[in-house]
Amino acid sequence: MPNAAISFQNVSKTYRGGAVRALDGVSFDIEPGEFFGLLGPNGAGKTTLISILAGLARASGGRVLVQGHDVVDDYAEARKALGIVPQELVFDPFFTVREALRIQSGYFGVRNNDAWIDELLENLGLADKANANMRQLSGGMKRRVLVAQALVHRPPVIVLDEPTAGVDVELRQTLWKFVARLNREGHAVLLTTHYLEEAEALCSRIAMLKLGRVVALDRTSALLSGKASTVLRFKTDAALPAELASRSRVTGRIAQITAHDVAEVETILGTLRAAHVPVEDLEIGRADLEDVFLEIMQGAKQ
Amino acid sequence: MSAARPPEGARPEVRSTKVHMSPIRLAGARTLFNKEVLRFWKVSFQTVGAPVLTAVMYLLVFGHTLENHVKVYGTVGYTAFLIPGLVMMSVLQNAFANASSSLIQSKITGNLVFLLVAPLSHWAWFAAYVGAAIVRGLAVGFGVAVVTMWFALPGLDNILWVLVFALLGSGLMGALGLIAGLWAEKFDQMAAFQNFIIMPMTFLSGVFYSVQSLPPLWLAVSHANPFFYMIDGFRHGFFGVSDVSPWISLGVVGAAFVVVSGIALELLRRGYKIRH
Repeated sequence: MPNAAISFQNVSKTYRGGAVRALDGVSFDIEPGEFFGLLGPNGAGKTTLISILAGLARASGGRVLVQGHDVVDDYAEARKALGIVPQELVFDPFFTVREALRIQSGYFGVRNNDAWIDELLENLGLADKANANMRQLSGGMKRRVLVAQALVHRPPVIVLDEPTAGVDVELRQTLWKFVARLNREGHAVLLTTHYLEEAEALCSRIAMLKLGRVVALDRTSALLSGKASTVLRFKTDAALPAELASRSRVTGRIAQITAHDVAEVETILGTLRAAHVPVEDLEIGRADLEDVFLEIMQGAKQ
Repeated sequence: MSAARPPEGARPEVRSTKVHMSPIRLAGARTLFNKEVLRFWKVSFQTVGAPVLTAVMYLLVFGHTLENHVKVYGTVGYTAFLIPGLVMMSVLQNAFANASSSLIQSKITGNLVFLLVAPLSHWAWFAAYVGAAIVRGLAVGFGVAVVTMWFALPGLDNILWVLVFALLGSGLMGALGLIAGLWAEKFDQMAAFQNFIIMPMTFLSGVFYSVQSLPPLWLAVSHANPFFYMIDGFRHGFFGVSDVSPWISLGVVGAAFVVVSGIALELLRRGYKIRH
């Protein structure tokens, strides 16, 4: 059996002598070639988990393997297999884009790498910035360089830690097109994001973290169908009856109530009619990942 | 955007990366060394030019005021005596500055992450940072020597001592700069390290005077300062005379280099203040 692209084995992380528990026995595997989503609210432990994977932090317990290589004991092999796009927008102001990429390539022992560097620049829309100093680039362009730096040694496992936070639509499209291509060519991808529609569109499997624990781990399609699969949306000015109010999500005039099947939709509509709640723009749709996410996060409340 | 079809070389299998891979530790360390040298060379006006100017100022002021009043080792004129000390002081301070400022800048701006995710061993980090510190120290020292020798020629008794102490001293200061760069979390902590430890130790090391002229207490204090041995041994290479035997200086400086390097390597291996 081939090694998992990434294997998290009972990973825990505590700070300040155990007073703060950032990760609490996290275990899951990402298979070779898989596009995997890691979701969770702020403070759930996503970035801590990725820091441990990247060698930026050390686990308090458990271990992490990349293609079978332990990230501590066999760090050189593990890191060679990993390409990490960090969340923070960092750069080295002394160098041009091409210099930065050549240097990063050299750290991994890959020399004479200009053909691949040119291809990265081309695919990430950076070709005309190759000789620009890093300081002169806009935030979005710096983000592209970060992606190129992570891929410069052609890692089989790519980790994107909130790569689209605060970036414009064009870069998002460019990035997903390129990453999807790399995934088709066999790279495994681990993505953390706050944009749930991105995770739904891209990831074949998803883990959800909350307070340092895995609270859901399944195929995206199974998560979408297993939990509430249907959602009822409508506008109303009236208050909802108590039995519906407790399970609905209200944003201004818009109310959303999830249901598991058609019979349940009938029941909800019956309840609304009986309570004489005036309803406008009623629509019945498929639940999206956001609905599932909220349901799971609420269910995982302590 | 032409993302359509990848050329032949772009296949992602691990195999394809192996083909291009030279022995990774060496190649990685060499890249980091080159990057560190390039970093200071790109701003050489500041990193080489400025310290050369500072040293010339010292020479002009002290040389002018003291040349006619002081003779050292009996026969050596003050300006000639001062030159090797100034050269070595510049070598030491700049070797320290190179390693420490590069590390603290990378830590504070966050771009140290590019190094942290790379498969470089603690030996590679050490060799690259200390190696680049030596290059910067020697570049500045050479610059100071070339400019100051217009004012007086100190002579050259034995170039081997000169080279040994320049290399060992700049290596020691590079390793110390590495430790300071790992330890400091803010620029003002680094400034404190430089102003309250490095500056007094270099100034009180006998750059500007022969320690034999000091009262007994200060002579003893000077002998406890490792910087004294670096300067004294280096100067021996020019005059063939020194306050203590160059072999003693070599022993002290060599031992200090081993101890400081050992500490730096262990801190790097543990990821002290850089891997949390």
